Parts: sequence; C-alpha cells; structure tokens
Amino acid sequence: MAQSSEAAGGLVSVPALLHRNATEFANKSAYREKEFGIWQTWSWSEAEKEVEALALGMINLGVNEGDFIAVIGRNRPYFYWTMIAAQSVGAIPVPLYNDSAAEEMAYVLDHCGARFAVVEDQEQVDKVIEIQERLHQFEHMIYLDPRGLRKYDHHKLHEFSHVQKQGRAARDEWIEDLKARRAKLDYDSICVMLYTSGTTGRPKGVVLSNRNIIETAKASSEFDHLTAGEEVLAYLPMAWVGDFIFSLGQALWTGFCVNCPESPETMMTDLREIGPSYYFAPPRVFENQLTSVMIRMEDASPFKKKLFDRAMAHAHKVGPQLLDGKPVGAMDRLKYKFYDLAIYGPLKNTLGLSRVRVGYTAGEAIGPEIFEFYRSLGINLKQLYGQTEAGVFITQQPDGEVRNDTVGVPSPGVEVRIGDNGEVYYRSPGTFVEYYKNPESTADTKDAEGWVATGDAGFFEPDTGHLRIIDRAKDVGKMADGSMFAPKYVENKLKFYPSILEVVLFGNGREKCVAFINIDMNAVGSWAERNNVAYSSYQELAGHPKVLAEIQRHVEEVNRSVAEDEMLSGCQIHRFLVLHKELDADDGEMTRTRKVRRRIIEEKYADLIDALYSDADTVSTKTEVTYEDGRKGYISATLSLRNAAVVPVQTKQVAAE
Amino acid sequence: MNMTAQDDGYITADGRKIGPVMMEMKNITLRFGGVKAITDISFDIREGEIRAIIGPNGAGKSSMLNVISGFYVPQEGEVWYKGAKRPPMKPFQVARQGIARTFQNIALFEGMSVLDNVMTGRLNYMKTNMFQQGLWFGKAQREEVENRESVEKIIDFLEIQSIRKTPVSRLPYGLKKRVELARALAAEPTLLLLDEPMAGMNVEEKEDMSRFILDVNDEFGTTIALIEHDMGVVMDLSDRVVVMDYGKKIGDGSPDEVRNNQDVIDAYLGVAHD
Repeated sequence: MAQSSEAAGGLVSVPALLHRNATEFANKSAYREKEFGIWQTWSWSEAEKEVEALALGMINLGVNEGDFIAVIGRNRPYFYWTMIAAQSVGAIPVPLYNDSAAEEMAYVLDHCGARFAVVEDQEQVDKVIEIQERLHQFEHMIYLDPRGLRKYDHHKLHEFSHVQKQGRAARDEWIEDLKARRAKLDYDSICVMLYTSGTTGRPKGVVLSNRNIIETAKASSEFDHLTAGEEVLAYLPMAWVGDFIFSLGQALWTGFCVNCPESPETMMTDLREIGPSYYFAPPRVFENQLTSVMIRMEDASPFKKKLFDRAMAHAHKVGPQLLDGKPVGAMDRLKYKFYDLAIYGPLKNTLGLSRVRVGYTAGEAIGPEIFEFYRSLGINLKQLYGQTEAGVFITQQPDGEVRNDTVGVPSPGVEVRIGDNGEVYYRSPGTFVEYYKNPESTADTKDAEGWVATGDAGFFEPDTGHLRIIDRAKDVGKMADGSMFAPKYVENKLKFYPSILEVVLFGNGREKCVAFINIDMNAVGSWAERNNVAYSSYQELAGHPKVLAEIQRHVEEVNRSVAEDEMLSGCQIHRFLVLHKELDADDGEMTRTRKVRRRIIEEKYADLIDALYSDADTVSTKTEVTYEDGRKGYISATLSLRNAAVVPVQTKQVAAE
Repeated sequence: MNMTAQDDGYITADGRKIGPVMMEMKNITLRFGGVKAITDISFDIREGEIRAIIGPNGAGKSSMLNVISGFYVPQEGEVWYKGAKRPPMKPFQVARQGIARTFQNIALFEGMSVLDNVMTGRLNYMKTNMFQQGLWFGKAQREEVENRESVEKIIDFLEIQSIRKTPVSRLPYGLKKRVELARALAAEPTLLLLDEPMAGMNVEEKEDMSRFILDVNDEFGTTIALIEHDMGVVMDLSDRVVVMDYGKKIGDGSPDEVRNNQDVIDAYLGVAHD
C-alpha cells in the first residue's frame, strides 16, 4: 500500500496524518454529521482548517504542552477535531463517557489533572461545574452547544466557535508556535489517554502512544483491506478505545469518512441512510436489532411470517457457506438468489447493513443464533478479541474462517501465548505505554519483556489455531465437588433468548448454581401485549407468573444443553429469580460498557442469594437505586424463587429435590 | 424582585430583563348566556416574561386564555395589545399578530408526520398558492426549503429529531405535547400561550417541558403566558402569577407573594362558603 512506505516519511503522529489526508484526499469527504435534518459534510482539507483554528484557539487560551484535555460528549466531528487539535498543541486528549455521573467524572478529571475540558452542552457543563471546586488544577471549559448557557458566568467558559474564531484572529501570533509544537511530536509521544471502564475497582488511565495507535491502525486496516472509500458510522462511546481506533486511528490512516448520527435516538435511521461499509457493534446492538426484527415479524401477517421463516431457514442452511466461499448446489444458490431479492436484501436494507463489507463484533460473546442470523443474510460479520491496553486488537477472524465460538487468530504483529494457569498473554506494537500514575498496576499487568496479562482464560484450538476464550480468569472457579464453574458460559446461553437481557450466575465454592435474571423489557413487553398480560411497571411485568413460567422454560432448556458439556455440566441452574430492577451502570452494578460487576452484585444482593440457597419460595427485599441526576431512592419488592429442573449428570451426584 | 409599575419593566431574580407591557386586559367580563365565566379581571403581560394563570378547576383559566388569544370576545372590557386596543378578530388575524398557542387537549393532525404538523405552523410565512405548491416549482420550492430550515431548527431545539417522520398518532402523550409546542414555535410568535403544557405528564416529562419553556424564553426572547395546575412547576417557572377563582382574580404578583396570599390559600385548600 502506498501509505506504508510513507510511514517512514514523517507520519508519526495523528496531526501529521491529518495533514497528509488534507493534501492527498483534499476534497474527499472526511466527516459528516446530520444536523437540521441534512447531512453536513467536511472534506479533509476543511477538517484540517477547523482543527488548526481550534488548536490556535487553544494556544490562545493558554494550553501548554503536556496538559490533559478532557473531551465529554457524544460522537460529533467537533470532538474528533478537538482530540486532533489537542495533539497538535502537544496536549493529551482524555475522552470521557458522556453518560457518567458527576462523581465518576470527578475522579478521572482529578486523576489526570485536566486543566481544560471540551464538553457538549449544558448538561455536561453543569456536571463539570458541580465538581469544579474540588479540581484544583481545572481552569477552562469549552462548550459546543450554547443553548441554555447564556446566563452562565463566562469567565472560564468559552463557546467552541468563539475559541476557533479567536484562534483564526490570532493566527499570525501563534502559527509558528503551533508549527513548532507539531514538529516536536514523534512516535513515542502520547496520543491519547483512555480510562478503562473498570470491572474491578477504580478506572485506570491507559496511556497509548502514537506508535500504538498508528501501528495498530495500519496493521488492522491492511488485514481487512480497508480503503479511503469506506463509510463508517461513529456511534460508540468516544471514551472507548474501539471508537478511537475505528473513527480516528483507522479513519486517519486510510482516509475514510466518519459519519456522526444526528442524536443517539436516530442512530438506526442514520445507519440506514449512510449504509456503512465497515461496521462495528457490540453483540448487544446486533441482539437488539434482531429482537426488533423478530418482534415485528411476530406482528406481521401469517403469510409474510411464513415466507420470512422459510427464507430464513434456507439462509441458515446455505448462507454461511456461500459467505465462506464453500461449494453450494446450483439449486440452493438459485433459491438463495431469489430470497435475496425478496427477503434478505430488503431486510438488510432496513437494518442499514446492505453495504457492509466488513463487520465486527466484540466485547462480549455473541449468541450463535444471532451470529448465524447475520452471516446467513450474507453480512460478513466477524469477531475480534481485544482490550484497551492492546489498542483493541489481540486476535481477529480472517475472512472465510469465521466461527461463532472462537475469536480468531492473532492480529498482524501480535504475539499471543497461554500462561500455565490458562491465562492469555499478548505482546504487540499496540501494547500500551503505562497506566497513568499507577506504576504498580502497570508492573502487575505488563512484564519486563512486554507481555501483557489479559485476565481472560482461554486456549488455542489445536487443529485450527484459533483462540477460544472461556471466561474471565478470575471468574472461573470450582464448585464444592471440584467441577469447573464458568459463569459466562451459562449466562451467555441464557442471554441468547430475546426475553432475557442479563443473567448473573452464582455457584463458586457451592454445591449448586443459582441465577439472577433480568428480563428484556422490549421483548417481554411485546410478548405481554400479544398474550393479553396486563402490567403497569417493569417490576410487575418481571414478577408476573406467566413471565416467570416462560423464563423457567428457557432455564430448563439451557440446563439440558449445559448438561451435554462434560466439563461444565455442574453449572446447571437449580434455582433462579427474576430481578425487580434492571442492572444499571448508575447503580454501579455494571460498567459503562455494560459488563456485569459480579462482586458488587454479590454484595448488594446478598440477601437474595441467601434466599436462593434456602428453601424459601419468596423473598422480600429493598434495593437502593440511583436516578440519572444522582439522587437516590429505594424500591421494595417481593420476588418469587423458582426451582428449575436439572438433568442428572453421571459423573456427579445431583441431589434429587 | 422589583415589581413597581415602571413602564420600562423590571429585572428578575435570575437577571433577566423584562420589558414594558405587551398586553393588557382591562376589566374583562365574559358571559356564556347566564353563566359568568370571567368577572371584571384586569392584568398585564410584559415583554419577555413568563406569566402564569392558575386557579382551581372551573376558575375560568382556559376562558381567560381564549380571550387573550382572541377566540372569545368579552362582553365587557378591553384587550390592549402592543399599545393598541384590539378589535374582535379572526384566528388567522391573531396569528399574524404574533400570537401562537398550544391546547389543553392536544389538537394535532393525527395522521400526519411530526414534520408536516410543525410545517403547518409556518402557514403564515408561505405566500404561494395551492396550485403552485402542487407543482412544487420555482418559488414554491424555494419557499418550502426556507420554511423547512426554520422548522428543522425548532426540531433540533426541542430534540425531536428521532420522530421527525413518525405519524403523530403513534407518539406517546408527552411527545405529542412537545410537537404541539414545536408547531406553535414554528410560527415564531412574540407571545406564546400554553394551555396546561404539563397536564398528564410524568415527572421526567414535566422536567423536560419546563426546561424547554425556559429555553424558549431565554433563547428566542418569547413572552409566555401559561395555564398550569402543577403548583410546583408554576412557582419555579413563572415571573408573575395571576390567580383566579370562580371567574374572579384573587391574587396577582410574584410566586412568593402569591404563595403567601390568604385568598389563594383558601381557594386551593378550600374554606366554607357563606
């Protein structure tokens, strides 16, 4: 590729890449955002001018080299420019989750000692003002949307466009300074600092250098043959490493166009309008899309429903083979072509996935049915395995070798080995520099030779060389009788049912397993409507006997399938309950990336777990909830505890109850 | 709050400048046959302020709003608007004077999309006739694009982008109220009348609506007169409050003054009538 040879020629920082794109792809679309109902476009050369104006404005405001600049907002071109502008002036961008409560922000802003923050709107301004007094070093805030901010004290508050305007006005004064600062950037200067969501304890600031980001972007773009012609939709949290790599790293490396949705609620419509060719989504998004398709099909007329079922059955049979280029009979091909015209094509179009050439999912295990569904439609959905510390990529699936239960082969440039305890270790050019102000954790995670412990247990399949991840290494345990306890495995099986949103399995060191279950309000709500089940609240629906019976059926089905796995047959669910509230990041029960925090749930709901291990039929409980604005309240509920049938396993006696 | 009757207005507690009197009701009496809905009421609305009319059920609030909007013509009394006595007018003439309103019972076109509903608010800004619009050529096209632009700004302002193309009949109640507000705003009113904007809403929807009302006042400088049952909302939002009971004015002043007015307390908590 032409770019690779240029890598040596000074392309050692993100601002340098921007400059190259502005020269090479001058008038090609670089950023798009839907505003006022129209897609507004900026070309690469326009983007460079915007970034320069902002960078000059930042110098004008007093941003020094080495300062940290917090970026808080949803995906908008302005924030990507902010990050590049920050880099241009030698500062370090620190994107934050925009839905974080003020308290969580306070920790991060204090930890990195941010002097500046660039935020989206009044909501974020209010949050930062709330915690400002506690942040000694904090000085200025720049906001994007002036609505409602007119009456605020503007001594330390600046509007984004004004900062740019001042930057343009002071160009002569600062341009040499800016050029000098840009020239100082090299492969080892810090590109970005991202805070891990922190499944355990406080978030840690992961420092990634230009080398990490650019090498990763380069290797992964080449792996999937990404070109400047790709279109991506940027909708995942900006604070997440994936978005940084996809929407910034790869976009700048290859020069493709980043599209930002109008608002989080319009994401599906915008997806359809853009029709991305390269698409990343966590399993949850695919799951939700599939659930909504299935709900709509349930409501469709019998004829349509039948046609859809037939088409999907056929897709299931030959779709994945066709995608992998394996031989398929002529009749089946023809049939697939026909259904493609009648069903799959329009369906893909509705989902906004018509043009997807490369699709990735990661973060959590994806259900086999979900994965199959998209692949059988002819969407090249693949899995990758990675983490913030690796600059995303550790392993990924090459075209034609895609399977649901593995995460693929090591990405180009990445070495992977399995430790003695089954933990996965890797070493790569993308490996992070350090945890900011936390040498202890850095040393714990990364050894002297650069090997990083992932904390996941896994193994390489001998015949294919693909990596399989079992669970978090620290979550894998032993049951009282010595058999293996791997909660994720069972939880994922249950979560693949549309009506089940979240499951938490307990049983480490115990004789049998019990589970908490969260229903999916959308799916169960629509089911309730069809079955004339009346309810007035989430809590009432979650406790409805008919719902419980339905969930019990699913649990028992899963028990049967778990029993088939010799290694994990001990993990069958003996008793379960359906929680009266959704597990929520605001309550600390999940991370912002929606991963379950086991320890916290275990502590918080200790009474419920005890009840599950007793003989009781019901349990009364009172739970603290945190509202979006940080206020707290309580909900009380009486939950019924259900016994589920388990399959007796020969290798182990199961108490007959 | 400085509430002297200076003609050049006053400054509110949060630092907003309230201008001179925009509309004045002078001794209004409204009868429906033998029923007196409003008895001898006078008050004024100043430029840039949020003015609330409150009162128990049947106090005559909606009738009062209908007098302000020109829909009812009072038998006695005068309505002065922008320094001139207002003659009886047709609704479209009122709209052209810069007055827009929302309704207590939502009055949207249920079968039309949100966008189309809001576009109807621009009617007074469209000059082309039906025939031209049918052909959608030249002037008609330009005109629609211009008007669409201002409508999109309002859609953005009220954060209803995600339902732009959704038929109104499919929306939940709270959102319909917001669409109504959007349509009223599309007319770019100088005086906005809101008839129970929070009725039937849950706490979250009320908070959203309150924020929008404040933002409209702040951003566009629109004068707002509203009727509301929720006392908490009224006291938080408004600069001055008129209290009505049985068609009579029993209080008028800042939220604090009204809150401590014995007549108002009696009207809300109830006392034995002689």
